[in-house]
Amino acid sequence: MATTTLTPEARAYNRSWVLDWLTTVDHKKIGIMYIVNSFLFFFLAGILALVIRTELAVPGLQFLDDATYNETFTMHGTIMIFLFVVPMLAGFGNYIVPLEIGAPDMAFPRINALSFWFLPLGGLMILSGYLFGGAAAEGWTGYAPLSEAKYAAGAGTDLWIIGLVMVGTASILGSVNFIATIFKMRAPGMTLLRMPIFAWTILVTATLILLATPVLTAGLIALFIDRNYGGSFFDPAAGGDPILWQHIFWFFGHPEVYIVILPAMGIASEIIPVFSRKPLFGYRAFVFATITIGLLSFSVWAHHMFASGQVFLPFFTFMSALIGVPTGVKVFNWLATMWRGSIILATPMLFAIGFVAMFVIGGISGVILASAAVDFHLHDTYFVVAHLHYVFFGGSVFGIFAATYFWFPKMTGKRLNEKLGKLHFWIHFVGFNLAFFPMHSLGITGMPRRIADYDPTNTGWIILNSLETVGAFLIAISVLPFLVNVVATLINGEKVGDDPWEGNTLEWATSSPPPSYNFEKLPPIHSERPVFDLRHRHDAERLAAQGAEASH
Amino acid sequence: MAAETPTMQVVAEPRREAGMPTPMVGMLLFIASEVMFFGGLFAAYFNSRADHAAEWGPPGGHELEAWPLATILTIILVTSSFTIQFGINAIRRGDQRKLRMWVGLTLLLGVVFLLGQLYDYSTLGFGIGDGIFGTTFYTLTGFHGAHVFGGAVGMTILFARASQGQFSAKNHVAVEAISIYWHFVDVVWIALYFTLYWLK
Repeated sequence: MATTTLTPEARAYNRSWVLDWLTTVDHKKIGIMYIVNSFLFFFLAGILALVIRTELAVPGLQFLDDATYNETFTMHGTIMIFLFVVPMLAGFGNYIVPLEIGAPDMAFPRINALSFWFLPLGGLMILSGYLFGGAAAEGWTGYAPLSEAKYAAGAGTDLWIIGLVMVGTASILGSVNFIATIFKMRAPGMTLLRMPIFAWTILVTATLILLATPVLTAGLIALFIDRNYGGSFFDPAAGGDPILWQHIFWFFGHPEVYIVILPAMGIASEIIPVFSRKPLFGYRAFVFATITIGLLSFSVWAHHMFASGQVFLPFFTFMSALIGVPTGVKVFNWLATMWRGSIILATPMLFAIGFVAMFVIGGISGVILASAAVDFHLHDTYFVVAHLHYVFFGGSVFGIFAATYFWFPKMTGKRLNEKLGKLHFWIHFVGFNLAFFPMHSLGITGMPRRIADYDPTNTGWIILNSLETVGAFLIAISVLPFLVNVVATLINGEKVGDDPWEGNTLEWATSSPPPSYNFEKLPPIHSERPVFDLRHRHDAERLAAQGAEASH
Repeated sequence: MAAETPTMQVVAEPRREAGMPTPMVGMLLFIASEVMFFGGLFAAYFNSRADHAAEWGPPGGHELEAWPLATILTIILVTSSFTIQFGINAIRRGDQRKLRMWVGLTLLLGVVFLLGQLYDYSTLGFGIGDGIFGTTFYTLTGFHGAHVFGGAVGMTILFARASQGQFSAKNHVAVEAISIYWHFVDVVWIALYFTLYWLK
């Protein structure tokens, strides 16, 4: 690594603003590009969700036919997962992790830029199916043989495969970068067990991406060979095995679930202590729970395949229930952190609490589905849709908005308006529950997922579906105060200084926004809360005099 | 405000590079992902083979012979792992001329392997579309070949850089990183060789 000492006077050569952003290798600019890019795909996939909900508001086919409906939910799921939630969390990781560990940048800045630029390209590749005879329409899981050339003849599925391989490659390169950064570039004094929780969750997440995504890549390439070169991996008519696709997909797909939730857990674990004015309860338990979830996540994939009749039910039921244990540990970490804290209900904290509450609902429905006996009844019903949205949306998306409100002052030097933020939260929270809670009932009473129409005589279903559509539009409306807030704050916002929340971790020890080299100075690191220690250094000195761990 | 407190320490001290160099860490992590990629392909192979255990083999009376071509190619590729290691030993002593020679020889062996594999493909008599055996055989060996090609590109870059004298006894992490990738590709081939040609 270069040992040049950067000084505030050291400047790059002058470039135009556009060229500067297009060619940047600064992890902070790349992080912001990740975040902006992910929000754009979020709005796009959100519009697709509104299309779905509008079609389902009442029975009958109003303005979509079956094929278009299939394309819509496929693109909605694919874009939301691969181009919104995962890259959004990677974007926060990009911006925050080097700052939190006191590093000047990522380990491989140019590979970092490459990882980012694969994303818009891959996303547009997936969407470009619409221009070539229809987008992929097999669901985000692309089950074979439905996705074979015989049943999905158009170029849409091929473009979907190529796009996903690109996005996956971006993730793999990004995870190599995160792991190398965290292991090689921590500031002096920052041992692994003094590392902020968000960096820990990103480390475990990156490991999962590194080991799970290549398996999906292998499967996607095999599917591509089937479709284009006469291969017969997954087509039973040609001697292939469709269950093989399910195994490959879910061997990736279940770690993927933890890839999207672990960083959100990390975000909540950064925010809740700051706004409870207490350290995170059970830091080490949290770290080990995160590692345990990462390990277990590779042994539960076949619970998505109970209904296939091809998997060993007791093992996967047991492992799936077991993974609830470290997850439950974390919920107690958060609750005990808030217990008797001086809680400040600022917008980031509201979203973090919303995250915990909604994630618990998603976790409970997950444990219910882990039981093979129950799953046989609920498989492929709206109960599963409810579960995955409580985890992805109630979990990850609440975490993403919490992170946005929390770190916006770090990225811009300005704080988002609290009134608009709270308005955003409450409409979002009500809309979310209205949209997704009734799906539990729909699923239990047998409404299948991925169907464009339903029984017009079932008035119970009609009422619940209409309610859900109202909820979906409420979520869409809640985004408006958010957008107004962002624009107005960027133009007109008040400067709030370097550390407006009185944070704990190193990103708050530099200016807002940080200079390109991140830090001129670092506080001494004796715990996982170096900035807190610095603010309360007299207490620390007193403890040090008593021979506590804070001695140097 | 925390940022203005006098107890902050200036980060002037260059961070010491303890342990493995960062590019090497990156390469090992990348190889870990490659292990999982080939793991996925091997899993597909064994799953397909188990589904068709009774009639597993090349379609239409064709044979897949380990001798002579596949074995000779295996010997060539294994030899190339030794030659690149001799190159590393040379540059660790600071011998740039020997490094260039060994890298050049490794590149040559890699190219011979690829040409031999293409020749093998042309004589097999069945294709990727001829049933599940053909599909798995060409996918596995094809992706391995693509990785050899990637390694050969790396060797070409190493050769060019070595020709310009860019490596020294202290500074040659690129040689180490590319060589470990080359060894990995070699190990994949050994696994493929025994799986495809010998496993009954």
